[in-house]
Amino acid sequence: MIEVKELRRSFGPVVAVDGISFNVEKGEVLGLLGPNGAGKTTAMRILACFLKPDSGTASVCGHDILQEPTAVKKSLGYLAENVPAYSEMTVGGFLNFVCDAREIKGRARKQALDRVVPSCSIESVYHQTIDTLSKGYKRRVGLAQALIHDPRVLILDEPTDGLDPNQKHDVRKLINKMAKDKCIIISTHILEEVEAVCTRTVIIARGRILVDSTPKDLKEEHQCSLNSVFRKITTTNTGKKAKSA
Amino acid sequence: MNSFLAVFKRELKGYFATPLAYVFLVIFLFFSGYLAFKEGFYEMRQADMAAFFRNLPLLFVFMVPSTAMRLWAEERKVGSIELLLTLPITITQAVLGKFFAAWLFLAIALALTFPMVITVCYLGNPDIGLIITGYLGSLLMAGGFLAIGCFFSALSKNQVISFVLSVVACAILVFAGMPTTLNYISTFLPAGMVSAIEGMSFQTHFESIQRGVLWFGDVSYFVLLIVGWIAACTIVLDERKAR
Repeated sequence: MIEVKELRRSFGPVVAVDGISFNVEKGEVLGLLGPNGAGKTTAMRILACFLKPDSGTASVCGHDILQEPTAVKKSLGYLAENVPAYSEMTVGGFLNFVCDAREIKGRARKQALDRVVPSCSIESVYHQTIDTLSKGYKRRVGLAQALIHDPRVLILDEPTDGLDPNQKHDVRKLINKMAKDKCIIISTHILEEVEAVCTRTVIIARGRILVDSTPKDLKEEHQCSLNSVFRKITTTNTGKKAKSA
Repeated sequence: MNSFLAVFKRELKGYFATPLAYVFLVIFLFFSGYLAFKEGFYEMRQADMAAFFRNLPLLFVFMVPSTAMRLWAEERKVGSIELLLTLPITITQAVLGKFFAAWLFLAIALALTFPMVITVCYLGNPDIGLIITGYLGSLLMAGGFLAIGCFFSALSKNQVISFVLSVVACAILVFAGMPTTLNYISTFLPAGMVSAIEGMSFQTHFESIQRGVLWFGDVSYFVLLIVGWIAACTIVLDERKAR
């Protein structure tokens, strides 16, 4: 459902994404791993049609991100890294705005809100303004926003960042529940999360894909924990830079 | 269309959800009234609104950029632009939605000066047509200033910078048509250049509408100005949204 072909994007002299390609099918949860500045966020922003690639392209549910960005945006739910929202709005007002923009009206809107508000457990803050919420609640509001139209494709940039262990558990449970009939890409630093939810891992560093495998295979191949695998792969490939510094 | 309306509605509500709208309205109404009375609104013994409209360009130079500065600068600073543009909304729809919401807000501010109209009607027999064209001209001028403010708001993430830049740009366009400026530049520029500069100024076209004539040239000046700056805003925003 997601096809990424030779995506490249640079910011001035810095190449953020350097020719990455991968496919993700329905039922897969792809964990995008990599050190800070590896290009995860840039890649996700390109898929969400926020940034344009310098070259290469991608398609989501058969819609090309360059030719039909609006169709792509309609078919995916996107949670950005710093969970932007309009701080002066209430949670309810904000979700209603997202419904307006996504053309969810009348009964469908009520159903969508009834489904998404409890599943992200934000009932208690529904009438509160967003700037009074804690980081964890803000992130859950962001998640609710991404799920409100029941998209076939989900792109979540660090969905459990800033959540407490219980909330992390809940979000992972939610992702696992949705995994069967959706196609999900999540980026994360937390490797236990990869083991808990991902069916596949792509490790990228400095804009390139280093590994495309499953968490289980990776562990078997390297005979150690995912943490050690991650360190082994990302430090050997960025080793030169570290030594010269 | 629906996405445009969603942005429009949210933006307009946003003004009234914060103290911004009320602070703006109070200050705008106070100064528009104050300047009109300072000009001798009563003392002139004329049943018209000329004293009120005459000072609006100067007031707008400061007031309109203060409404426009947050439009995109804030959105980019907070990062909510990433949310907005990953919803099925195109940049053009978002820019237009925000622009028209802000324009309607300014129209509300102008409409709230209605006690002046009532006063004039109560005290004499004003030319209603002149008052209507006066308000229409003011609204068009507000739109022009707003489009400029919109552009500079998209240019910088910093609201203060975008405010200062748009005040300067608006002030240049107003003062270019003031008699003092025109007298001065006519001492060293050829007459053709002087009239070209005069033709580019807000002041000239605004005054012309004030006289009660809705001439095509004046209206199209404002329309072209708005379309041009809004188009520039869209291009700049597309270029700089992620920075």
